[in-house]
Amino acid sequence: MSLRPTAKMRNAGRGAACLPDPPRKSIIRGMQTVLTVTVNGESRALDGPVSVSGLLVSLGLDTRKVAVERNEEIVPRSRYAETWLATGDALEIVHFIGGG
Amino acid sequence: MDGSLPVEDTWTVAGRRFRSRLIVGTGKYKDLEETAAAIEASGAEIVTVAVRRVNLSDPKAPMLQDFVDPKKITYLPNTAGCHTANEAVRTLRLAREAGGWNLVKLEVLGPPPLLYPDMRGTFEAAEALIKDGFEVMVYCADDPLAAKRLEEMGCVAIMPLGAPIGSGLGVQNPAMLTMMMEHVSVPFLVDAGVGTASDAAIAMELGCDAVLLNSAIALAKDPIRMARAMKLAVEAGRLAHLAGRMPRRMGADPSSPLTGLIR
Repeated sequence: MSLRPTAKMRNAGRGAACLPDPPRKSIIRGMQTVLTVTVNGESRALDGPVSVSGLLVSLGLDTRKVAVERNEEIVPRSRYAETWLATGDALEIVHFIGGG
Repeated sequence: MDGSLPVEDTWTVAGRRFRSRLIVGTGKYKDLEETAAAIEASGAEIVTVAVRRVNLSDPKAPMLQDFVDPKKITYLPNTAGCHTANEAVRTLRLAREAGGWNLVKLEVLGPPPLLYPDMRGTFEAAEALIKDGFEVMVYCADDPLAAKRLEEMGCVAIMPLGAPIGSGLGVQNPAMLTMMMEHVSVPFLVDAGVGTASDAAIAMELGCDAVLLNSAIALAKDPIRMARAMKLAVEAGRLAHLAGRMPRRMGADPSSPLTGLIR
């Protein structure tokens, strides 16, 4: 039985002075961590550990023009760097487009 | 006095003052260049925008902000396409994070083909959003009780439809809108239904504070020219409202004197 916190436990601490937890591993292949997350409805395997910042950079997105929701909760821009992704996370990355 | 609009003829929503009484949508245009040109021609100071997933396969695609500067034009994020309160609230929280502003347009819609305002969902979302610090301009049915209730909840503008979204049928309910307006003290806008310039003028003549439209410009054969027509129509309608129309009469009343006629 591992003592490492689950994604749920880490989420529960959000809003309080929650520590930027070092990333936790889901599947270990040799030395590499692989996370499986859903981004805009598509399943993606990411080389971890990876934060929201890291994900946005790897996707080539301008962080000033998008907003991110993780498991139906907003991730404030100021916390992208310290928000580590966990397997099973569902992310929505949105921006403004033309609309009436 | 030359009859032009008084310089101080502005309207205020959520503490923000605007001169233009035309709010335009940014959807359905051919491209972003045309969107920007139409906004320019319309004179609008507020534009509605939608919140959607980024296309991850084309992350460098041009974005609306590159063509319409949110520092110069107030972005009013909407919840178009949301059919539940939860979707609408999540969408606007994302919009607030993306843009950093609280002024939003709430619409919770029923199913096609009418996309009629779902008032139960609208109330639920409005309550959650206001509690969360949003300033909510709300799309609603032409229901005087609903409008009053939304105002009492703290919505900053009441925006009933003149006809279904994108229908271009014009203002189908002028009498009901007039009756609603009497009981609303926050800004009152017609949102949806305008099809051409005269419709926008009618909405303003009724006494609306502003008009919100999108398709009437974007789907015109020449959107830029229609944008200019809408600008003028809104100004004309506003002037006519301020001027006060003549009374209607059932019968003729000659404009020329009846004396001095040749025999």
